[in-house]
Amino acid sequence: MSVMGLFFISIFSFAMLWLARQGVFASHWLEEGDVAHYRPDAGKEPPPPAKVGLAIFLAVAGCLFSLLAAAFFMRGDAPDWQMPPIPGVLWLNTLLLAGSSVALQLALVAARRANVERVKTALLVGAATAGLFLIGQIWAWRELLELRFFASSNAANAFFYLLTGAHALHLIGGLAALARTTDRVRGAGRVTRELTTSVELCAIYWHFLLFVWLLMFAMLIGWADGFGVICRRLLS
Amino acid sequence: MTDATVPQNVAPPPAEVEDVELYHAHSWITKYVFCQDAKVIAIQYAGTAITVGILALVLSWLIRLQLAFPGAIPFIDATVYYQSVTMHGMIMVVYMLTAIFLGGFGNYLIPLMVGARDMVFPYVNMLSYWVYLIATLVLVASYFVPGGPTGAGWTLYPPQSILTGTPGHEWGIILMLVSLVLFIVGFTMGGLNYIVTVLQARTRGMTLMRMPLTVWGIFAAAVMALLAFPGLFVAGVMLLLDRTLGTSFFMPSLVELGERKDYVGGSPILFQHLFWFFGHPEVYIVALPAFGVVSDLISVHARKNIFGYRMMVWAIIAIGVLSMVVWGHHMYVSGMDPWFGFFFAVTTLAIAVPTALKVYNWVLTLWHADIHFTTPMLFALGFLVTFVNGGITGLYLGNVIVDVPLSATLFVVAHFHMVMGIAPVLVIFGAIYHWYPKITGRMMDERLGKIHFWITFLGAYAIFFPMHYLGVLGMPRRFYEMGETAFVPASAATLNIFITVTALAVGVAQAIFFYNLFRSLKYGAPAGGNPWRAASLEWQTPETPPGHGNWGKHLPVVYRWPYAYSVPGAPEDYLPQNAPPVAGEHSP
Repeated sequence: MSVMGLFFISIFSFAMLWLARQGVFASHWLEEGDVAHYRPDAGKEPPPPAKVGLAIFLAVAGCLFSLLAAAFFMRGDAPDWQMPPIPGVLWLNTLLLAGSSVALQLALVAARRANVERVKTALLVGAATAGLFLIGQIWAWRELLELRFFASSNAANAFFYLLTGAHALHLIGGLAALARTTDRVRGAGRVTRELTTSVELCAIYWHFLLFVWLLMFAMLIGWADGFGVICRRLLS
Repeated sequence: MTDATVPQNVAPPPAEVEDVELYHAHSWITKYVFCQDAKVIAIQYAGTAITVGILALVLSWLIRLQLAFPGAIPFIDATVYYQSVTMHGMIMVVYMLTAIFLGGFGNYLIPLMVGARDMVFPYVNMLSYWVYLIATLVLVASYFVPGGPTGAGWTLYPPQSILTGTPGHEWGIILMLVSLVLFIVGFTMGGLNYIVTVLQARTRGMTLMRMPLTVWGIFAAAVMALLAFPGLFVAGVMLLLDRTLGTSFFMPSLVELGERKDYVGGSPILFQHLFWFFGHPEVYIVALPAFGVVSDLISVHARKNIFGYRMMVWAIIAIGVLSMVVWGHHMYVSGMDPWFGFFFAVTTLAIAVPTALKVYNWVLTLWHADIHFTTPMLFALGFLVTFVNGGITGLYLGNVIVDVPLSATLFVVAHFHMVMGIAPVLVIFGAIYHWYPKITGRMMDERLGKIHFWITFLGAYAIFFPMHYLGVLGMPRRFYEMGETAFVPASAATLNIFITVTALAVGVAQAIFFYNLFRSLKYGAPAGGNPWRAASLEWQTPETPPGHGNWGKHLPVVYRWPYAYSVPGAPEDYLPQNAPPVAGEHSP
């Protein structure tokens, strides 16, 4: 529950800040006529709708992962809870995903400098490392299954598969978008404004998934156990 | 107060967004079936929602027939009864009300009211409808699988929902969960669209604080829905895994039919938390659009600006925020820590403050107004009364100590049917009568509309008022048969028969509405562009019904709020939002 509390406080403060900037405190309904002056960032271009859409989607996905985390901690209080051993390959996977994130950030930098060859290379490296990450995740699943840690034998195992699975599905969706972007870069042969936006959206999404993965990994290897203890102390 | 006059030589403010490349339909299929125009998607959403709504209405008749005449109708056995209860609840709450308010009215009204040509992501919008349709079909398909649909109650509480003995534990529950997951995926696509359209596609001069309250209501509801539905999503996926893979997220170790199951240590309470984390905001996901629509109906048909516009907006936001932290009041009897009960009771009762603000403002809008008792106005007033009624019983149930004895009785059933069943449905009817002329170009018949209103309004009270009384007697909800009980007097059976007969009659009387709806398509009086002389933007389209792209060549420019009624000195008694200001005109 405290996970959800944290999540909501951050979402709420962000939304309020944004609403305030959009002039929700102004009395436009009392005014007649021209209100060109109302935009606080007048002169600057408004963000492309796709970017706003992505931001809202990230809030939804963040809500989903926060709820999973909340369920993880609540279920983890039960006496039968027994975390499975963490496959060592996950450390390598973490590096791969971080590398993927860095590659996409470099692609964005290259796109802003209109260096189309660099963009292509960086996007391919990003996609390849993300693909390797997914293969590594499957590897980790297989390792656990071979050691007979089945989803049905303990809820902790089930959470391991559920959390990593949900994260992997989000990454696969991202890869589809990344494939489309890469295809368009190749087709266009030069960097247009729309392409820069596309690359930027992919990069943002990748950073988000890396962030989620780092928190999730910390939960799975037990570094977040202290969090539950702190919360309980705060509440009691 | 600001300047009363605005210099005429000022150029219109710059466009918020450049004109977008419009999607164009090339064939009949892409124009009417796989269409990306929000107006067509809206009709598709509303049509599907009303169709499953009728199915759910028929199911409620089965429930009522069993309650009034236990065992008299041969095919209603306990299995059918529980399946009807479950499907009636789930369809009405999720597949009907949520879909029609956000998918139906949201799609139709948001682009028109904020002066956009369409939703910002038309393709995703179309996808949203088709995923919703598939979800609905999967749900209905559960009637055709072995064992039939699930009878677990619409809350689907484990462990009973997936154990032998609950109807539909074989396939029904699986289809129900898959359908919900699909619905949420589809809804997320739609919700993203509504929000980004409101944020990004408003026309020149349409600031946030000049949007009609309908848009505010739908916008806030969409935000809440996007944050609340993941709760149901997580609960649904985890319950599905418990059912199919034998995981123990929610299932404790238990013995079923003398056989020990493999489940260990799961927490049914965890499911309740996740479910109600979605379930309570859901009430306001339905109510907030209704609040918005009612504000507009009252203002237009009373020819007066809405009282306390800013307060109304902030009340919507406050209700939205508060409703995310009250879910525990559905779990007072789950054995939770009394301090949590205290916390949830406080937040629950706190919601009464912004809600009461809204009610006061509606009443003050009506005060000294030029009220026209048109059909939409009657429905809006009907909503006002019904919502206050249902809200007051909510104050009873929000208190832990009053809730405990009333929990799981017909009192609760009466409460939530008044507040989130009848009240929003009255708004849906009012909204259809109000916007029908814009959608079709013809008026609906007023006389039939009024007959429909009085039967529905009085009928709803005849059904649900006595139910409060039955609940106070202690008559439990969801019971297939009462049998011999000491605490329920014989007269309760008579009352149950009365309720059932009324419910059947009111249900059948809805045929008047559908007759009116379809007959007016062809024979209704031509409406013209703005039959209600309304000020908001959707009534100012160059064509009626609005053409593709809504606005012809140029997007409208907005100069004032949407509630400029009875303006002194104006040529008519209202000023459209897009009419340029005239010298000497007074601010509201």
